[in-house]
Amino acid sequence: MKTLWQVGGVLALAACALPGADLVIQNAKILTVTKGRLEGSIRISNGKIAEVGEKLMIPGGATVVDAAGKYVIPGIIDCHSHIAADSINEGSVSVSSMVGIEDVLNPEDIDIYRALAGGVTTVNVLHGSANAIGGKCSVIKTRWGKDVKGLLFEGAKPGIKFALGENPKRRGSTPSFGATTLRYPATRMGVEDVIRQAFTDARRYQADWKAFEARTAKGETAIPPRRDLKLDPLVEILEDKRFIHAHCYRADEILMLLRLADEFGFKIRTLQHVLEGYKVANEIAKHGAGASTFSDWWSYKVEAFDAIPYNAALMHKRGVLVSLNSDSAELMRHLNLEAAKVMKYGGLTEEEALAMVTINPAKQLAIDSRVGSIEVGKDADLVIYDQHPLSNYSKVEKVFVDGVMYFSREEDEKARMKLELRKKALEEKQKKPAAAPGRRPA
Amino acid sequence: MRAILLLLASLAAAPAQETILIRNAYIHPVVGEELPSGSVLIQGGKIAGVGVKLAAPKGATVIDAKGLHLYPGLINSATNIGLSEIGAVRETSDTNELGDFNPQLRALIAVNPESEHIAVTRANGITSVVTLPQGGIISGQGAMIHLDGWTWEEMSVKGDVVVRLNFPVIAASSGEFFNSRATAYGEAKKRYDEELEKLRLFFEDARRYEKAKSAGGAGFQTDPKLEAMLPVLAGRRPVLVVARRERTILDAIAFARRERVKIILAEVREPGKALAEIVKDKIPVILGETHTLPAEEDAAYDSQYTLPAELHKAGVKFAFGSFDNQFARNVPYQAAAAVAFGLPKEVALKALTVHAAEIWGLGGQLGSIQEGKVADLILTDGDPLETKTQVRSLFIQGKQVSLDSKHTKLYEKYSRRPQ
Repeated sequence: MKTLWQVGGVLALAACALPGADLVIQNAKILTVTKGRLEGSIRISNGKIAEVGEKLMIPGGATVVDAAGKYVIPGIIDCHSHIAADSINEGSVSVSSMVGIEDVLNPEDIDIYRALAGGVTTVNVLHGSANAIGGKCSVIKTRWGKDVKGLLFEGAKPGIKFALGENPKRRGSTPSFGATTLRYPATRMGVEDVIRQAFTDARRYQADWKAFEARTAKGETAIPPRRDLKLDPLVEILEDKRFIHAHCYRADEILMLLRLADEFGFKIRTLQHVLEGYKVANEIAKHGAGASTFSDWWSYKVEAFDAIPYNAALMHKRGVLVSLNSDSAELMRHLNLEAAKVMKYGGLTEEEALAMVTINPAKQLAIDSRVGSIEVGKDADLVIYDQHPLSNYSKVEKVFVDGVMYFSREEDEKARMKLELRKKALEEKQKKPAAAPGRRPA
Repeated sequence: MRAILLLLASLAAAPAQETILIRNAYIHPVVGEELPSGSVLIQGGKIAGVGVKLAAPKGATVIDAKGLHLYPGLINSATNIGLSEIGAVRETSDTNELGDFNPQLRALIAVNPESEHIAVTRANGITSVVTLPQGGIISGQGAMIHLDGWTWEEMSVKGDVVVRLNFPVIAASSGEFFNSRATAYGEAKKRYDEELEKLRLFFEDARRYEKAKSAGGAGFQTDPKLEAMLPVLAGRRPVLVVARRERTILDAIAFARRERVKIILAEVREPGKALAEIVKDKIPVILGETHTLPAEEDAAYDSQYTLPAELHKAGVKFAFGSFDNQFARNVPYQAAAAVAFGLPKEVALKALTVHAAEIWGLGGQLGSIQEGKVADLILTDGDPLETKTQVRSLFIQGKQVSLDSKHTKLYEKYSRRPQ
């Protein structure tokens, strides 16, 4: 682990060799996602995209990356992942909004590097789906080698996980982890009730605080309400300061959550998985919720038995903002190939397909002014592929985050040879007799 | 007698008798030269002719395939299709029987021809699959089935194609990654030793049974469990040995040598030094999904992506399997992922067609567009290993089969919902 961590650090350092100098990627086939495609160059300055054009002047001292015959796309964004988190589910209660992923982020998780090697530069790290209202989530960039603070996507609006259907109700019928008691709820009716009760409490709590603030504003002395760490995030939802990412499968539960949100006056930012979203696409579009779905998962459980690979395309055609997510440390390594499936199933265009793993998830996370497309002024989060990224024969060659090269296949191959040599040296060392007692290693 | 039985079997397996001429197709026969514009004649469920221009026999249905590509139907070499419908619902799954040794169990007779997985999988160009039981140590017999037919009998290409053996592993928390359980090493090792010994004894029993049977003593009684081992002991039926990592693979090969049985390795993940032994014994391999995470943290990020290319370079013959149903239709993309990391494209296609057929002992019937082979064919608008390619028509045993599935039906239904 440590060795690889160091390898990552070395890579990042190598790419930073000339601090402040510009970087130019030239001769590339550039798929901007939002501004069409062109053959030309991208100039990166201070971590941002400074220029995109067919012919650019290369400033003196600039590092040049030749990408002749290769493709460049904006860094991939995964709107549903659990990498870099040491724990996922606080499943002991049905409302766990007091906990947050940020507290358990592990910057040494090798899956960060693997995701990076698959072209992923931004990740929505979510709490699990064991409870109706889950924990808070964190948006990170795959800045391998940085600490927790260095991973966090600065200024990204905070989120929280909700979950409907089989997962949150499972512990209402099956005790888990040696527990003998059952946990409410056991039905989809109960899931609605848990969320309704929580927001009823949150509204009262919000009113108590407002009353307190009104009294202090008038100069009166007042006792503040008792702080409730579970309700604070829910008040943030009511005040549009926190996004809801709601795990869901069936059309009925999706509609239930949209109506409950309408009733309480808040928005569902994204519906996650949303495998039957195509059945209620009209309603989802009308509410304005985004949909973050799998390309073609189905049949692994009852609520996934009506899942169809046309889901993303159908929702998109009805005006829903759709992204494709992974929920898997493996699948996230080739989300570009997942995107190709919306061309097969539903006949979307190349640009629409790529948008589902770049600009669309950026919009869902409200970070689209920073990432998600190749446009001047945006973060230089870029991926170079050897072939068209929607081809199954393509692979990632280089990945830049904020203009820094965090992954290079070439460098990786060199590093793994070094690692092999170090392993061999250690094996040899072990074969030799132990040093005499008392002698300190040199 | 034997000839008559074979004749009966072939009659049962060939329900389609239509004569079809596909012409003007770009033919990719997999074995032999490509024909940029050619014809294929289908008669009696078989390929009756392949050529630049063939005349349509009287009464033949003629399909003009101008601009389309004709490939042999693809083969997924490991699924549970027909045996398992919804992963999480026990009642819909018939893959895992009780008990450690069940070579007598036959997947074929439990295949549900109404499984939704059949139509979903074949819509992507997969015309036949191996469907496998998976419980215990010896799980039972896998079958090669066509993804079309009114009954499992009609679907059968070869009923008892292989006996599956899940080779014992030391399943401690630090042991076999894919079977990780929080067991102390000592306990796991003890269990592993016990399982190995049970396996050895089971084969010993089978040998004694074989001897007793051939001796023909008056008191001999048939035992279905041991009877099912006879083709294995005689080397007529291979054993599909699931062995993922170096140590397990070495164990499995040593076992095969000792017992003198023919094996096919399945789900090889980290062969390490065992690769040389695989090559030495010319053991074929059924690879699982290329898109898999490395088991070890310090393995190269692409170690599973490059595995097929490494096996090919070493001279190992392999095919691909999904080892599940959910993603059974994506097996061509698993092959393509290996191409991205060094496997020659034509080998990837062979692994899905002729190499698969040969590994399963069906090289004379499936896997290429050649006269005399079963007419399992797909017409596509491009390379079937690329996701955006659409399968336009599909033929199984010479019969054009629908590309509709639960998925297309729901798509059409909800496309019609007013906005």
